[in-house]
Amino acid sequence: MHPAPSVIIFSTISGLGFGLMLFLGLGLPDVNGWVAAVFATVALGLAVIGLLASTFHLGNPKNAIYAFSQWKTSWLSREGIVSILTLGTFFIYATLWAFMDMRIPALGYLASALAMTTVFTTSMIYAQLKSVPRWNTAVTPLLFLLYAAAGGALLSNQMTVALILLGLVFAFQSLAWMQGDTALTRSGSSIETATGLGGLGKVRLLEKPHSGKNYLLQEMVYVVGRKHAAKLRVLSLLLVALLPALLILLTEVNHVIVAVIMLSHIIGLFAQRWLFFAQAEHVVGLYYDAR
Amino acid sequence: MTKHHQPKLDTSPVVSDEIRRTTCYMCACRCGINVHMKNGKVKYIEGNRDHPVNKGVLCAKGSSGVMQHYAPSRLKAPMKRVGERGEGKFEEISWEEAFDIAVGLLKPIRETDPKKLAFFTGRDQSQSMTGWWAQNYGTLNYAAHGGFCSVNMAAGGIYTMGGAFWEFGAPDWERAKLFMIFGVAEDHDSNPIKMGLGKLKANGAKIIGVNPIRTGYNAIADEWVGITPGTDGLFILSLIHELLKAGKVDLDYLIRYTNMPFLVNQVEGSDQFGLFVRDADNNQLVWDRATGKAVPYETLGAKPAMSGMVEVDGVQCKPAFELLAEKYLTDEYTPEAVEERVGIPADRIRSIAADIARVAFDEEITLDIPWTDWKGEKHEKMIGRPVAMHAMRGISAHSNGFQTARALHILQILVGSVEVPGGFRFKPPYPKSVEDHPKPHHDVTPNAPLNGPHLGYPRGPEDLCLEEDGSAKRIDKAFTWENPLSAHGMMHMVISNAHAGDPYKIDTLFMYMANMSWNSSMNTSQVMDMLRDKDEDGNYVIPNIIYSDAYSSEMVAFADLILPDTTYLERHDCISLLDRPICEADGLADSIRWPVVEPDRDVRGFQSVLIELGARLGLPAMVNEDGSAKFKDYADYIVNHERRPGVGPLAGWRGKDGEGKGRGEPNPEQLDRYIENGGFWQEHIQPENAFYKPWNKGYQEWAVERGIFDKESPYVFTVYQEIIQKFRLAAEGHGDIQPPEHLREQVKMAMEPLPSWYEPFEQTTINKDEYPIHALTQRPMAMYHSWGTQNAWLRQIHGRNPLYVSGEIWAEHGFSEGDWAQVTSPNGSITVPVVLMEALNAKTVWTWNAIGKRKGAWALQEDAPETTEGFLLNHLISELLPPKKDGQRWSNSDPVTGQAAWFDLRVKIKRVNAPADLQTNPSFAAQESPVGKGPKDIAFGEEWT
Amino acid sequence: MTQLPTSTEKKLGLVIDLDTCVGCHACEISCKGWNTVEYGAPLSDMDAYGGDPSGTFLNRVHTFEAKAEGCASQTVHFPKSCLHCEDAPCVPVCPTGASYKREEDGIVLVNEDKCMGCGLCAWACPYGARELDQMAGVMKKCTLCVDRIYNDNLPEEDRIPSCVRTCPAGARHFGDFADPESNVSKLVAERGGMDLMPEQGTKPVNKYLPPRPKADVNGTQMPALEAQSEEITGFLGWLDRTLEKI
Ligand SMILES: Nc1nc2c(c(=O)[nH]1)N[C@H]1C(S)=C(S)[C@@H](COP(=O)(O)OP(=O)(O)OC[C@H]3O[C@@H](n4cnc5c(=O)[nH]c(N)nc54)[C@H](O)[C@@H]3O)O[C@H]1N2
Ligand SMILES: Nc1nc2c(c(=O)[nH]1)N[C@H]1C(S)=C(S)[C@@H](COP(=O)(O)OP(=O)(O)OC[C@H]3O[C@@H](n4cnc5c(=O)[nH]c(N)nc54)[C@H](O)[C@@H]3O)O[C@H]1N2
Ligand code: SF4
Ligand code: SF4
Ligand code: SF4
Ligand code: SF4
Ligand code: SF4
Ligand SMILES: [Mo]
Repeated sequence: MHPAPSVIIFSTISGLGFGLMLFLGLGLPDVNGWVAAVFATVALGLAVIGLLASTFHLGNPKNAIYAFSQWKTSWLSREGIVSILTLGTFFIYATLWAFMDMRIPALGYLASALAMTTVFTTSMIYAQLKSVPRWNTAVTPLLFLLYAAAGGALLSNQMTVALILLGLVFAFQSLAWMQGDTALTRSGSSIETATGLGGLGKVRLLEKPHSGKNYLLQEMVYVVGRKHAAKLRVLSLLLVALLPALLILLTEVNHVIVAVIMLSHIIGLFAQRWLFFAQAEHVVGLYYDAR
Repeated sequence: MTKHHQPKLDTSPVVSDEIRRTTCYMCACRCGINVHMKNGKVKYIEGNRDHPVNKGVLCAKGSSGVMQHYAPSRLKAPMKRVGERGEGKFEEISWEEAFDIAVGLLKPIRETDPKKLAFFTGRDQSQSMTGWWAQNYGTLNYAAHGGFCSVNMAAGGIYTMGGAFWEFGAPDWERAKLFMIFGVAEDHDSNPIKMGLGKLKANGAKIIGVNPIRTGYNAIADEWVGITPGTDGLFILSLIHELLKAGKVDLDYLIRYTNMPFLVNQVEGSDQFGLFVRDADNNQLVWDRATGKAVPYETLGAKPAMSGMVEVDGVQCKPAFELLAEKYLTDEYTPEAVEERVGIPADRIRSIAADIARVAFDEEITLDIPWTDWKGEKHEKMIGRPVAMHAMRGISAHSNGFQTARALHILQILVGSVEVPGGFRFKPPYPKSVEDHPKPHHDVTPNAPLNGPHLGYPRGPEDLCLEEDGSAKRIDKAFTWENPLSAHGMMHMVISNAHAGDPYKIDTLFMYMANMSWNSSMNTSQVMDMLRDKDEDGNYVIPNIIYSDAYSSEMVAFADLILPDTTYLERHDCISLLDRPICEADGLADSIRWPVVEPDRDVRGFQSVLIELGARLGLPAMVNEDGSAKFKDYADYIVNHERRPGVGPLAGWRGKDGEGKGRGEPNPEQLDRYIENGGFWQEHIQPENAFYKPWNKGYQEWAVERGIFDKESPYVFTVYQEIIQKFRLAAEGHGDIQPPEHLREQVKMAMEPLPSWYEPFEQTTINKDEYPIHALTQRPMAMYHSWGTQNAWLRQIHGRNPLYVSGEIWAEHGFSEGDWAQVTSPNGSITVPVVLMEALNAKTVWTWNAIGKRKGAWALQEDAPETTEGFLLNHLISELLPPKKDGQRWSNSDPVTGQAAWFDLRVKIKRVNAPADLQTNPSFAAQESPVGKGPKDIAFGEEWT
Repeated sequence: MTQLPTSTEKKLGLVIDLDTCVGCHACEISCKGWNTVEYGAPLSDMDAYGGDPSGTFLNRVHTFEAKAEGCASQTVHFPKSCLHCEDAPCVPVCPTGASYKREEDGIVLVNEDKCMGCGLCAWACPYGARELDQMAGVMKKCTLCVDRIYNDNLPEEDRIPSCVRTCPAGARHFGDFADPESNVSKLVAERGGMDLMPEQGTKPVNKYLPPRPKADVNGTQMPALEAQSEEITGFLGWLDRTLEKI
């Protein structure tokens, strides 16, 4: 799949924002006044920037308003609705908390739950797709939730929780990659099933329908840069989980270290998300003998 | 759950204001089209269901006609060259100035030495008109592009059976049960062949595809025979061997309808050896077994012998059939003897022969339709042998193609499957025996028309176009000993001969619709040099070039004067029975194009321009007594020109009352009738006249009524070719006109009255071990030569062309995906990307034809993939072969017809690193675009959606 | 409305005969020609005359090679457009309700007035049957020529998809798969019509007829013809005998 910057930014940044909301909603860290305002603004800001970024991906944003209508079937629609609900709930919760010093726990828990639901709905946009076997697994939502929560924990300075979450990220991400590498094969789809020509023997593409590129190839048969994937995986795990964990464990965490941790985590996260897309093989690639 | 909502949808949009029906010209297949007009503009094109050719279907090219019509590459106005040749720098001029320049060049030539004008036309469909113009002008240097296209097929067919595959006939798609298709990728009958294959499939017929490459038609063949290029003749003769050996030939058919019983002179050394024995009235004789006498072959009730030496008036002679049997029953043609060369196992050859015999004789079909033959004998039934065959350039474009085409027709004839139900059928005005075709004419007189049509079918050495000293009369050296039966001329030799001044220098080269500086030339790089070359005085070696194109092609850049044509939707055209008509085997048909829209540029239909030019030159047929123009324009010519009294360009609605079919006075309303009828006219042949046409009295009478002939002209198939033997006799030293010494052996070898197979020339002059690989091109179904590229939709399908490499070559050279190769022939080298293809003859590589483009042409951006990654194989192909032992360079053509031997090409291949710029080599400096460049993004149809 | 209807009255779709398709691309271009001037936004072509042309097509023709061990390789031309799946995954994913499957005939369509061009439906389609038009920004897909098949302004015989009408080889058939007696149902039954990627669970309506078995490298292996004679003399003897019978 094409690792479009807009989608990468959207899913990473908004994930961080909703992750932070999770903790703020739970009342962590226990701050108030302008510090609370800063935390809340960061959370909201990240979520909103992320969501806005996602609209750059739209070919026809003027119809985006309809995107809230199909919650019955569409995870994307649900995401839209839940994210608005989350932002609204969190906004009320945070305003009351930061400016009126009224921290209403029930509202906070609701915001936390909604924040995680938003991340879940985002993840389901990918996880639901049978056409992308690598994504089509329960590990996808789990990982999205873990990434969001871990990022939130780091941002909210909940270092112990963060350590645990980073450990889980490490474990499940490794699992996801292991599973993912065989997902297409295990899905049962192959160039033979795609063409129905398996009975004639081994099938290969002789000529693409068009000598030039097309939307499908650009969007779904992205194979550029995959050869660096192995290195990038190591780097991503290192930056997203290992380095932050080591810094938490081995250093006296101060503002500078937190900044380093966040920077490392976010770069790692970008790498992870790039891989998430770039390594995802859409079965349409089978028609182009490319995966 | 809520109810399922759906938006309201207009499922009945109004498609167009009006439908204008005309004829497609995205290729030469000439399908009928419905042009949907909206607000006076062309909106959508679909097939015309009533049309005899395509019955509603349309190919990719045809459907993309809108994009051609709006192409940014369309020329806009007449132009004269202001830069150097090849640069593409032009200045737009008025038509008046254009005519002045043209007349200024052509008038003096006509007055002094008309042959100094060489007028050659390419892919147009108005050769009866352009030929007529050239004849009136008086030059003998006229031809169309058949010589580099498929003259082997045409001549092979005409000299054997009075008609050929090409566009002259078609398989009986409805009834055939076995269909063999040799060397066809696409062909002129594009849509009819596809429709036919679909019918065969639906009827459960079997299709055998003989082709080194398995794509397209061969992909759907039930059996694919991946033959080694250039060996079809051998394969076919081996099939004939098998059939003869088993007695699986249709003797009755051979006796009745062919010259197989004719007695052939067997007196060795005589100047009549190998010719038919005739009586005093010049009738060919057969030996009547009933009476034991030689009688004229048309004698009713004779029982001709098919073997046995007899003596007629003291002359030893034998039926031709025995000569044929003797020749092909020898061990030379056993499957074992040929298997290695043709690359088909002996068992498989046997199996195919058995298949042919099985279907021809065990699955015979009969139609209960009585008919009468030309001798008056009545037949209750029509007996069909449902084996149909078709072949095209895979056979034709080899230097042994003429004889291979003949061999194939002989195979068809031996099993009795020509002009019978289920077999191969002619399309009127064919069949037409050689004797009913013109001979070449070449008597040039200043200020006077040529003494007859330029092109034709020689009947013997006396019909060659030679000067007293034996040198060529024509600039293309057609009808000389190098290629005596070059019935279509040799357009591919014109530029190199004119450049070399051999046989003489010309003054003006006038060309129409042929991209001769690019894809229709062999040796493209050198041809461009020839066009640009100057003599010591700084004058171009080919002094003047006038060219008519509709688009900004590669050739435009090399012309001095451009006469811009319209697109096919903006002009009148005539697809005439005098030319290459659109008939089907079941009927007579012709058609027109008419301006469904008026051009929005200062361009004019070329034929109209030619007529005006003719009038300005005062050409006899084009001016009235008072010197005024006889025809207003082409439309006027189409309606009012008469070739013979009552016979003109269009056959439909003739006569003042419009009732005339084929014959009748000009009808001023004729074009209106055509337009009302969808742009065409058609008349079906009665079932009793629809088969056995050369011998069917009813058909012959009907053909005379329709003006196809002026008298009934039945004939028998010339399996044994006496005309060819005459040339051979000359080479053996008989007669006044004999080949020069250095050509004697070649003439003897090539001019065999019964075809033999010989090795393609190129591979006899080079070291085959050094160049072990055959290199071919195929036509892509969605592209028409060079001119599909300007089409925004089509160019997305074929914007670049890799070299397809067989599995064996791939493995041998260790190629892998994304690799490049240097491909070298004795003539040059190209560097190109390679792609693996398994379903390919082991010793073969190939690519799509004419995808590569010169930078700057066709209004494309200079980084267009066609110019960077596309390539032509033509750089590797030479019009001359490497020097022989005697130092002579022979032309790379068939020694009988002069057909360009595109597919004889042999190459070697080497894996190379991909070039840094990922561009194919050679690459040429860009030409300037006289029409600018196309827009970036487009959305055709915006105004209607 | 992006809920799939539980069932549709008709199941309109195409049968594509891989044994007959010669790969001419006519269906693809005819489709473009019709759809660029009808239904919704035109099908744009980006960099149409430049170095990197790419346009929107609703139907594209691939070419595959298939080879079994020890057998001759086969070439198969393979047109592909929307299969109008019964369990179309492209529909429920659509957030705006632009994508829908029609209850009356099962045609899967995009309502461009609602489409926001998110591309998710194209992701959901396993077959690559949807393309986001780069100029209009809306999702494009085969409409099964819904504006032809019911079009009162077209002659009855032309109320079929553009690609079917144009296919020179007659490799494309249009009809109602819900009717077991329809042309398409019968073809599927007779010729073993198949689904593409059945494992995706999309239940495609369109079916493909597989290539009929082809002769192998060794050909059909007909028994050789029985020789009348190996020798010319013997042949002439046969000839005499046969001529007597004529
Ligand atoms: N390697 C290789 N080379 C080959 C062949 C091959 O098989 N292999 N095949 C050969 C054969 S058989 C042929 S026929 C030739 C074909 O080669 P060409 O005869 O050169 O054919 P085109 O490329 O179609 O070019 C014809 C020219 O006509 C112009 N044209 C198109 N429409 C119109 C119109 O309406 N009016 C006018 N005035 N001009 C128009 C086009 O712009 C173009 O410049 O190529 C030959 N070259
Ligand atoms: N779409 C489209 N249609 C066209 C044209 C076009 O450019 N595009 N051009 C038109 C013109 S001008 C012409 S002349 C016709 C030509 O129509 P075709 O005769 O179909 O011409 P080619 O594409 O050159 O195909 C030649 C075929 O012969 C095969 N072949 C080569 N050598 C041998 C051999 O030794 N033996 C056998 N058995 N096969 C061999 C090649 O693999 C190829 O499949 O097409 C016409 N129709
Ligand atoms: S075959 Fe195609 S391009 Fe040629 S005339 Fe017919 S529709 Fe037009
Ligand atoms: S039009 Fe017909 S034959 Fe041509 S590619 Fe399409 S389905 Fe195949
Ligand atoms: S083929 Fe693709 S676009 Fe068409 S209905 Fe099926 S899933 Fe949807
Ligand atoms: S691109 Fe349009 S039709 Fe497709 S899912 Fe998005 S909104 Fe729906
Ligand atoms: S049915 Fe219509 S929209 Fe669909 S592929 Fe055919 S022509 Fe295109
Ligand atoms: Mo040709």
